[in-house]
Amino acid sequence: MDFLTLVQVLDSSLRLATPLLLACLAGLFSERAGIFDIGLEGKILAAAFVSAAIAYITGSVWVGLLAGIGASVMLSAIHGLASITLRGDQIISGVAINFLAAGLTVVIAQAWFGQGGRTPPLQSGGRFEPINFPGAVPSKEMADAGPLMQLYSELLSGHSLLVYFALLTVPISWFVLYKTRFGLRLRAVGENPAAVDTAGISVIGMRYAAVIICGILCGIAGAYLATALQANFTKDMSAGRGFIALAALIFAKWRPWYALGACLLFGFFFAVDNRFQNILLPAWAISSVLLLLALGLLAYVWRKSLLDKVVLGGLGLGIVFVSALIVNSAWSAGLGTQIKIPVVFIQSLPYILTVVVLAGFVGKAIPPRSGGVPYMKEK
Amino acid sequence: MDVMPKWADVVLVPLFSLLLAAFLSALLILAIGESPSEALSLMVQGTLLRSAGWGYMLYYTTNFIFTGLAVSVAFHASLFNIGGEGQAMMGGLGVSLVCLFIPWPHWSLAIVGASVGAAVFGMIWAGLPAYLQAKRGSHIVITTIMFNFIAAGVLNFFLVGALKPKGSMDPATANFPASTHLPTFEDMAQLVGFEKMFRSAPANVSFFIALLACVAVWYLIWRSPLGYEIRALGKSGPAARYAGIGSVKVIMITMMISGALCGLMAINTTQGESERLILNFTEGAGFIGIAVALMGRSHPLGVLLAALLFGFLYQGGAELALWTKIPRELIIVIQALVILFTGALTMMVRAPLERLFLMAWRG
Repeated sequence: MDFLTLVQVLDSSLRLATPLLLACLAGLFSERAGIFDIGLEGKILAAAFVSAAIAYITGSVWVGLLAGIGASVMLSAIHGLASITLRGDQIISGVAINFLAAGLTVVIAQAWFGQGGRTPPLQSGGRFEPINFPGAVPSKEMADAGPLMQLYSELLSGHSLLVYFALLTVPISWFVLYKTRFGLRLRAVGENPAAVDTAGISVIGMRYAAVIICGILCGIAGAYLATALQANFTKDMSAGRGFIALAALIFAKWRPWYALGACLLFGFFFAVDNRFQNILLPAWAISSVLLLLALGLLAYVWRKSLLDKVVLGGLGLGIVFVSALIVNSAWSAGLGTQIKIPVVFIQSLPYILTVVVLAGFVGKAIPPRSGGVPYMKEK
Repeated sequence: MDVMPKWADVVLVPLFSLLLAAFLSALLILAIGESPSEALSLMVQGTLLRSAGWGYMLYYTTNFIFTGLAVSVAFHASLFNIGGEGQAMMGGLGVSLVCLFIPWPHWSLAIVGASVGAAVFGMIWAGLPAYLQAKRGSHIVITTIMFNFIAAGVLNFFLVGALKPKGSMDPATANFPASTHLPTFEDMAQLVGFEKMFRSAPANVSFFIALLACVAVWYLIWRSPLGYEIRALGKSGPAARYAGIGSVKVIMITMMISGALCGLMAINTTQGESERLILNFTEGAGFIGIAVALMGRSHPLGVLLAALLFGFLYQGGAELALWTKIPRELIIVIQALVILFTGALTMMVRAPLERLFLMAWRG
């Protein structure tokens, strides 16, 4: 793999990480204020459709972006109404919002455009164009440029405005959450709302503010999908990104800078998955990694309870079995045989990593203490 | 608190939620330029007025009974199993392995074996998140969502790899041998002399297994010691612990029962209908289980009725997509509204009803 390929993969990671990052920070604001939000996915989808549809009709990407944000904020308001004012179940409300968006976008897209749940392709003006930095070489001449120039022209330059905006939201979120009074109160509302209430600050107001910020960021994420990354809306185009953002949020332990890292990592998985259809590793390497993993698990459960032994030990034995299968299939051709890593494994990595982090084997992820609990003022 | 009598709480709240959802859906149909009354009559004609329509409806209902019961059982322990989709996918894998690699002499034996396979695979897939919740405190909602995606990956891996017959392009297993094929309602009707009933509809004997599952879940939750422990843990964790109920054990068992029920859905879709394992055979039924459980108030009888309703909506939605410009996704909107009103906005739905009853009480 040459340097340019690496730069291109990183470039594509950045582009694919952008919607994750925006959605992840959206979830960060909401969950830090104590409102769980499973509905990130639905808000991204709704914003993607509305922004593409409105940008197509008006021909202006900015009107589309605003409309997309509006749609997402509306869903946020429903979530707020259900989980803050009416003290309903936040998880169920989020699930409902996901389905609402999945259904409505297709029904309305079909009624408006009649193209099987898609919007017509956006012309220039209706979409965010890449911004080329001064002096950046065009992609045709990229191969002849020096490595620094390649980094500058391919990785830094040539993204749409929203990519740079998303990167900028990380320090902004950090500053707002940790260096302002608003941020302190927001975090406090997620940890101990009663204390915030005692201080004379409206818990309801703070939580609504957080939920609306979440809606705005999800709206931008959705608009990015349909007007920058692609040039139209397609059915279910969010493709689980809301859930991956949620995974990244846990991976990042509810902190902005870590969120950037987690989203870039998950974006990198996507980019690798897009770019390389065949990842080959020698059989001995794969099976020894698997065996080490299994040994670790088995050593861990050695002195644990029966349940731990059955579940984790069983998992360990399962891994040993897979590793044995690999050795068996490579045996006749020698253990140096290159074995293809299944594409689905790379695609599933974000989810697997999240489960590992959630399990607390690699640094424990502790959510905000009052997350998911509706606040009831004592009478 | 108990302003309303129990029957009103159980009957009126879901009914009122359903009416609200129906009203909003009618508005949506109007907004896209179709007639709600015509849509409803099309749905009724295509579903309730033809025996084949019933055959399709009961096929969907079977799926929703299984997933609805699964979500209900978990709800009783205050656990939210959102992973029904993944558990059903793994169940499908279990059914396929049993049907493909064991030479069954007759379908009646095959369905027993396939049910065990489906239940065990579903159980394992629910057991891991349950373990992580019970022992490591990882939030079960998040882990089961992640396990849905991982299950999709696993299914994909087997269907484009090891289980795909040589030379085939479809991501699917080989067809199951004929001796495992389940009798459909059409076969059963022919047996008793009705030649033209349930023409080529997919409903099959697994519907009766779903009904049995309803009875079994009712017995489990309200008549068995384990059910008592499940409900006690669901009402109050500390109180259950004080009463000597081990939360780890109950969480594990509840989730594994829930996973097994989701897995069982696959005997209907995989062994009963497609007769081979295909990608996306679950078609979101795992998620519809949430709506069904909420609407049915986590009671098997309620689940059965709600599953019939959603079966009707699914078959009716297919008819609408066939004859009008209304796409099938309308049903997803209705499903979302039902979940919203029965699960998240319950206070909004209950408040006016309670006020009505208060007025009636005061005379």
